[in-house]
Amino acid sequence: MSMLQVSGIYKSYGQTRALIDVSFQIRPGEVLALAGENGSGKSTMMRILSGEEVPDQGSLTIDDKPYSPRNPIDALRSGVALVHQELALCPHMSVAENIFLGQMGSTGFSPKEAEAKARPILESLGYPDLDPSKEVRELSISLQQVVEIARTQAINADYVLLDEPTSSLTKADIRKLFELVQRLKSQGKAIVYISHFLDEIREIADHIAILRDGQMVHRAPMAEITEAEIIRHMVGREMSELFPRSQRTPGEELLQVENLFGDNAKPSGASFTLHRGEVCGVAGLNGAGRTELLRAIFRLDHVRSGHVTLKSSSPHSIHQSWFGGAGFVSEDRKEEGLALGMTISENLTLPGRKGWLFSSKANDEVADKFAKKLRVKAHSVTQNVSELSGGNQQKVAIARLLHSGCEVLILDEPTRGIDIGSKAEIYELIDQMAKEGKAVLIVSSYLPELLGICDRVAVMSRGNLSEFIPVSQTNQEKLMEMCVQ
Amino acid sequence: MKAKGALGIIVAWLVICLVSHFAIQHFTQRPFITLDNFELMMRQAIIVGLGAIGMAYVIMTGGIDLSPGSTIALTTVGVAITIKATNNPALGIAAAVIIGLLAGLVNGLLVAKLKVGPFIVTLASMLIFRGIAKGLAHEQTIGSVPDTWISIFTKALGKTERWQLIPKGAWVWLVLLVFMWFVLNRTVFGRNVVAVGSNEKTARLCGINISNVKIMVYAICGLFAGIAGLMQESRVGIGDPTIAAGEELKMIAAVVIGGGSLLGGEGSIFGAALGTLIMTTIGMGCSQMGIANWIQEIITGVIIVAAVTLDRYRMTRVPKVVEAA
Repeated sequence: MSMLQVSGIYKSYGQTRALIDVSFQIRPGEVLALAGENGSGKSTMMRILSGEEVPDQGSLTIDDKPYSPRNPIDALRSGVALVHQELALCPHMSVAENIFLGQMGSTGFSPKEAEAKARPILESLGYPDLDPSKEVRELSISLQQVVEIARTQAINADYVLLDEPTSSLTKADIRKLFELVQRLKSQGKAIVYISHFLDEIREIADHIAILRDGQMVHRAPMAEITEAEIIRHMVGREMSELFPRSQRTPGEELLQVENLFGDNAKPSGASFTLHRGEVCGVAGLNGAGRTELLRAIFRLDHVRSGHVTLKSSSPHSIHQSWFGGAGFVSEDRKEEGLALGMTISENLTLPGRKGWLFSSKANDEVADKFAKKLRVKAHSVTQNVSELSGGNQQKVAIARLLHSGCEVLILDEPTRGIDIGSKAEIYELIDQMAKEGKAVLIVSSYLPELLGICDRVAVMSRGNLSEFIPVSQTNQEKLMEMCVQ
Repeated sequence: MKAKGALGIIVAWLVICLVSHFAIQHFTQRPFITLDNFELMMRQAIIVGLGAIGMAYVIMTGGIDLSPGSTIALTTVGVAITIKATNNPALGIAAAVIIGLLAGLVNGLLVAKLKVGPFIVTLASMLIFRGIAKGLAHEQTIGSVPDTWISIFTKALGKTERWQLIPKGAWVWLVLLVFMWFVLNRTVFGRNVVAVGSNEKTARLCGINISNVKIMVYAICGLFAGIAGLMQESRVGIGDPTIAAGEELKMIAAVVIGGGSLLGGEGSIFGAALGTLIMTTIGMGCSQMGIANWIQEIITGVIIVAAVTLDRYRMTRVPKVVEAA
């Protein structure tokens, strides 16, 4: 029988096991939805199918013949094509050139010929009016996506992988995309569809496969499963005892956010108050605007309108935010959070330096105190941060906030990509900070973490921030439901 | 690690000195390592050496400045005009400082506020400053400048001055070198410069005013080009709008040989000085051996590639990761 069979796939990155014994089939003329939380292994699975990663163990077959792509070109030759979430087009080249990029052989290139060949492909996708001579940068995002899908049909791919295709589309464009997917399906193509939006999945997919912590936990025909069941399978784990929680008593207001608007309506009119001794969490899907909310509060991103009050001041620059008593940990530790080429001590003491003179000795001494307090494992604070493990790097990024003496800690994904031991230490630290009367605002994609350490949580969805509700009044299923609405 | 890097460059320079010494002794029966030659080397290194200090600051932030050569020419013209008009060398020095600072400020403001890449901005200002210099001088050299004490900076030492070891301009260079090393390593501003070059996003996250830092480093680079221009005027005694074309490339080379990375965050002030000395030594060695100019240029090019390759090799061997327990 004609199909792509995935059997017993394992994949690890160092200590992290991304995929454990994953098996499923993709059949022609069918749409398979791959569902799971952030970090469940969906992306890794897609990367393996499209030849960007090679599995540690397990096998792939197409029509019972072994399929083991070493790179994306191998995959394309076997008829498997991935459409990335971030489109990969050359904006200055024409639609036709983009469609045939890398497929034009070594002979001369004729724009006319390429355009003539592109037309029937665009027609078959239901876009006969799309002019193949147009430059791609003149097209809307949704039409650019059509070009990307047309590229998969230029090589006549039988298996089309769509990774979060609707994340930047409008409602009307989503309808058109669904029509296109139906067309491909009726032409006998197999489609793997990844999306966080359950209503979309329910509408477009014939089958669903749910990943959790790298394992395939459930597979079913879409008609035989309810939304609630899908959520339960996606979340379905016990809250562990990772999360310490001291007796905390909320005090005076430390941070007040009023009707905050950022660029692209992320955030769109966020309002809330954070008190002393409180840990507040923001849940939401990637791209919902959680990070943008934190960055706007700290003035790292442009603020369109709205007001932030930090203790008694209202900061208008990053510098004023630090001096007003706030501190920020970036979600992107390597690109933004830390200067990897500098020492632990330099990184730790970067914000809020006063005066003219700089003494590296005095600096190292005070940095050493904070590094020890956070149990950063290093030979000395004069070591480069790049030589530390991820967990220890993150501790340096957090130690920076303690050193600056800030009382409002704004943490964006502080435990992403670090080992479980360091995670536990960071949870403990957050609890301790709250007990000392500081306020913590934290964004995380990991719901058990938010429920475990926060006093109140809110959900960010398409730029809108919900009310903060006490964690005792909610659970993972309810939060997940709010996320995917 | 930093100290070790500088040590490597000192060793490289000493090796080049020794090789030149034995080669020259072999071929010409004259020694190369002498006090006279040391004085000569310092005198020849002053201009590029001063410019390289400012260039090191710019490159430290991940930027580049292509205009110092033109700024030097503009400064010689400005200084010559000022001294001719006033006969006052102090005003000549003031002119050099003001011209250099202004030129640097223009670069800095354009880079920081227009957010145009520094390569393009300073490529343009290189042409603009050169044009202004030619315009001011009516496309001629400005000669018959009264001889003032400005010329002592680059004069060879007389018999009674041998105790000074090196020309006065070289002392100026050394003092500024130490001062600018101090600024980079022992002031908050200096550490902010390094932070911006190491990771601009992190520096911004930590509340450092990125545009102020950038404006300052280009201003510093312009200022040092101005001082280099003063030394140039001291040496030639005229205002020459066509002089020092391409000197900026030698300054960049000096910084790179001295361990600087064009990606920013790395390099040292003393490294840039040693880079200047290495290039000057090669030039002197070659000319005293009677080797043609073109071979000199090839050797300098090879040294640059070798320096960068060695540095890369050293960097890839260093990191050792501390395991999370």
